[in-house]
Amino acid sequence: MFFQKDIETMSRSEIERIQLERLKKMVKYCMDNIPFYNKRLTEAGVTDDKIKCLDDIKYIPYTTKADIRDNYPFGLFGQPMKNIVRIHASSGTTGKPTVVGYTQKDLDMWSDCMARLVVAAGASSDDIVQIAFGYGLFTGALGLHYGLEKIGATVVPTSSGNTEKQIMLMQDFQTTALVSTPSYAQYIGEMAREMGVLDKLNLKLGLFGSEGCTEEMRAQIEKTLGLFATDNYGMSELMGPGVSGECRERAGLHINEDHFIAEIIDPETGEVLPKGETGELVITTLSKESMPMLRYRTKDITRINYEPCECGRTFARMDKTKGRTDDMLKIRGVNVFPSQVESVLMAFDEIAPHYQLVVTRKDFADRLEVKVELADDGLLENFANLEDLQKRIHHNLKTVLGIDTKVSLVEHKSLERFQGKAKRIIDLRNEK
Amino acid sequence: MFIKQISIFVENKPGRLSAVTKLLGENDIDIRALSVADTKDFGILRIIVNKPDKACEVLKKDDCTVSLTNVIAIGINDKPGGLASAMECLYAANISVEYMYAFISKSDSLAAVILRVDNNDKAAEALKENGFKILTSQEVYDI
Repeated sequence: MFFQKDIETMSRSEIERIQLERLKKMVKYCMDNIPFYNKRLTEAGVTDDKIKCLDDIKYIPYTTKADIRDNYPFGLFGQPMKNIVRIHASSGTTGKPTVVGYTQKDLDMWSDCMARLVVAAGASSDDIVQIAFGYGLFTGALGLHYGLEKIGATVVPTSSGNTEKQIMLMQDFQTTALVSTPSYAQYIGEMAREMGVLDKLNLKLGLFGSEGCTEEMRAQIEKTLGLFATDNYGMSELMGPGVSGECRERAGLHINEDHFIAEIIDPETGEVLPKGETGELVITTLSKESMPMLRYRTKDITRINYEPCECGRTFARMDKTKGRTDDMLKIRGVNVFPSQVESVLMAFDEIAPHYQLVVTRKDFADRLEVKVELADDGLLENFANLEDLQKRIHHNLKTVLGIDTKVSLVEHKSLERFQGKAKRIIDLRNEK
Repeated sequence: MFIKQISIFVENKPGRLSAVTKLLGENDIDIRALSVADTKDFGILRIIVNKPDKACEVLKKDDCTVSLTNVIAIGINDKPGGLASAMECLYAANISVEYMYAFISKSDSLAAVILRVDNNDKAAEALKENGFKILTSQEVYDI
């Protein structure tokens, strides 16, 4: 099924023609309307005339999160406030939040992008969808909300939290689709099991996003909740969710390429990498007028596949993000992505699918402790069983990560559960 | 013939044993015998209580990882060599003991030993044949 089939199945040359045309217009728009970009582009000697082909995008300087922060709150807006109809903001981990604005046209474009992705994932007007993302300044909930309304689905805006009530409504309404972070979906599944109502749920589709999720974790969630889980991607700086998402093939996330140009760069050198290589995702928005982003560095690590998909869509597909460069841990000089740890842990049925990574430094050496919850009470019979489990987890982690970790078995439910984005890393290296 | 033992997974951190035992106390559950085996990071607390099913239920409700196992309790003479003769009997019957712990009764000169073996039925048979007294749940709770 398609929401806008003609657009979603354009030929590569048609996609590139539209991208080039819109890119040139966007560069001119930024020059004319946003002093920050005017200065940046002038310094770099870039004008819209200089963009002759898509490769010429490389002349445009990168935009970073720091640029957004420096222009807090409305400095990057390309429209007067009277044209701005909505403000969102992402939780700033340090200091001020990242603020983004939307004109009515931006909201319409956003809803279209979202509608395409949810239809690609399998949603339709027959679905009753519970949105368990936190409503508010966060873009996730309202992004999905508008997209799902646009396709005629029944939207139930439960927001996150109050999990027991969430599950009660899920039974009473016979909710068919769930929008949440994967970690919250997991928590809902755990809770529903404890309440003994798993078999009374009617969930068929999961529209998950706002944080990464390994294939292994996804399989766990699907097994528990009995649904088909799909992943979608975006970030508030670029619009919110709706940049890309999976179709039923689940062989990568289709990027809405008529509104976004995606590039992959080497995060260390900033050099553009050849097609098909893994690196940092850089996105240029082609249609947003309130707050355009020229070559925004997402810090997400992925790879782009330009082959047409079995589903019929021609939009390029990005891999599920391997992790953020921000989340990457450097342990004794070795790069460790939490997603690698997750994929190892999910293979063990003896532990619960919750974990925490604690990094400490002792005598100038980094240590990574992986805390997991014991779930299999059958192992209590014999001490050796528990030690053997620890050893096997340690061994598999070492094989994948290449470093030694300390595996700690902790009590059931002693690790934090998350209703929004999971925070599984505790880095104590810089604390005294 | 067998009695129910509860095993509880406890992390080695302050307050855990206190929390578990307090929970049992509040639910009017009496501990008759216990043993703790531990490593640096975690331990397994094994207990024999007067109401094992209820104990298990309240512990699970409190999110503890818990299991119930059948173990054997035998009464032996509380004098030198008492335990040795029981071990010898099990050895002769080719039964291995995974772990055990003992407690002394208040009244007579009987000591009770809780045994976790690889084969309960075979062990019970061998012990009975050699004249050891196998304690029933009631007898253990009444000690």
